[in-house]
Amino acid sequence: MENTAKKFNMPLLLVEVIVILLGLLFLVPFYFLLGNSVKSYSEILSDSAALPSVFQWSNYAEAWKAIDFPHAFLNSFMITVISNILLAFLCSMCAYKMVRNNSLYNRLLYIALVAAMVIPFQAIMIPLVQVVSGLGVMDSTAGLILAYLGFGAPMTVFLFHGFVKSVPLDIEEASRVDGNSPYGTFFRIVLPLMQPIIVTVIILNTLWIWNDYLMPSLILQDPGLRTIPIATYSFFGQYTKQWDLALPGLVLGITPVVIFFLAMQKYIIEGIAQGSVKG
Amino acid sequence: MDHRKRSRLMQQFIFVGPTSLFFFMIVLIPFFLGLYYSFTSWNGISRHVEWTGLRNYLHIFTKDPSFLHSFWFTAKFTFFGLVLTNLLGFALAYVLTRKLFTRNVLRTVFFVPHVIGGLLLGFIWQFIFVRGFSSIGQATGWSFFNLPWLGTGGTAFWAIVIVFVWQNAGYLMVIYISAINNVPKSLLEASKVDGAGRFQALRHVTIPLVMPAVTVCLFLSISWSFKLFDLNLSLTKGGPFKATESVALNIYNEAYTISRFGMGSAKAMIFFVIVALISLLQVRATKKREVEL
Repeated sequence: MENTAKKFNMPLLLVEVIVILLGLLFLVPFYFLLGNSVKSYSEILSDSAALPSVFQWSNYAEAWKAIDFPHAFLNSFMITVISNILLAFLCSMCAYKMVRNNSLYNRLLYIALVAAMVIPFQAIMIPLVQVVSGLGVMDSTAGLILAYLGFGAPMTVFLFHGFVKSVPLDIEEASRVDGNSPYGTFFRIVLPLMQPIIVTVIILNTLWIWNDYLMPSLILQDPGLRTIPIATYSFFGQYTKQWDLALPGLVLGITPVVIFFLAMQKYIIEGIAQGSVKG
Repeated sequence: MDHRKRSRLMQQFIFVGPTSLFFFMIVLIPFFLGLYYSFTSWNGISRHVEWTGLRNYLHIFTKDPSFLHSFWFTAKFTFFGLVLTNLLGFALAYVLTRKLFTRNVLRTVFFVPHVIGGLLLGFIWQFIFVRGFSSIGQATGWSFFNLPWLGTGGTAFWAIVIVFVWQNAGYLMVIYISAINNVPKSLLEASKVDGAGRFQALRHVTIPLVMPAVTVCLFLSISWSFKLFDLNLSLTKGGPFKATESVALNIYNEAYTISRFGMGSAKAMIFFVIVALISLLQVRATKKREVEL
């Protein structure tokens, strides 16, 4: 008995050691990034693997100014939050009606949305800029949000659509009997039931919109409107090889999303597992 | 009755209208406009759009080695990206569903790279390949780290693969973990009673039952790797000498670096057709292998 127990535990411990080593290997890039972000330029060049001998925090102050971090953060934040709220709101309404009202238009729309999920962004980007400027919202936050609402719709509606199908009709009928209007039924009864999928949708769209570079780079030009990826890109272009500025800039750039992840980890992991079951 | 019909229409309008409108404006109309431009020599600025028929497409297939090269690069990248992220993602999930002390911390560690966008990751890794690796090389003397990682086409290819796997394996791991957790314990115990070892249980019980997750993960990893753009732009910019230019980046350069919108649109349409075909084939192929419980 003793022997078999040992036989079972030894490999498990070995497995644990191996995965921990692999985990450390996964963290090495962060070590390089953080460690070198506080070194002087000459120290980065002489040895980037060693720990910093002096902590030169002024790197961060300079990068903060050069990247105009508060503005970039605020822009990214506003665009992500507003796009998310509107996408979740409008697409849940749309998906709900599409499931409950099986009209020809709704069936065609569903097919079009599902088909559009495989359209790569590059296939629409050239005329998209034209359409956005035709609508007079080029180089504005509103224009970018509009673009996210359209391009995010297929995936978002698809996720909601799959979920609404599992919401039992009886509840809605009961709500109608209680005197709720169709709108009241949706907002008071159905929408609260959709909470799990709303969390999933918001997480997937946040990771996408927050990190997106190409769409804002095509729509926004005013430096005051820059999001974090855009600001980082132009900053990096300006200070190529000036690592003592570029690295703290990158640390600033990744900090908000890493904090968001660590704070919301439980929901994010669940949301992804959920979303993949539906997808 | 008429009132009721009107109310129904009104509801349809309010619930479905806004999303339909945005979808048409941002996706459908640009898509068909792009299809139209692909038959023209439009440069993006001039008012005059000249119809050139199939000339762009002919040009791409006969006189544009850089596009064909970008396709070959992307196909190769997709293959390695897909195989390696899925293998690593599944292996991590398999190990991290066992009773390890550090299980939860490690899950976090492996997932974290995914939340950082490809653009910033590319810049971070540019530093690591250029400065970090050479420091490690000096300290250890291992020639692996002294390679000119971003300097030659061959090594730059693997550089992108490494970063891609590092970025995405954790995401697939999460999906595989939830699939493995859903494998009924009773089946695994039954296979143990029947005398199956760990590997046999994995092969004959776990893997067939997680096939739906495999479908999802293959779909995701194909879509990510075939549409590779941000990471490509920031890590190598397609270089050296366009050796690591993905299709998405090639289309982008065609349109915005040399301002040939018509040609860029034609490339984008070809890109779309291939992405659509791969998605269809792939979903169909793996659906067949799924096991119903």
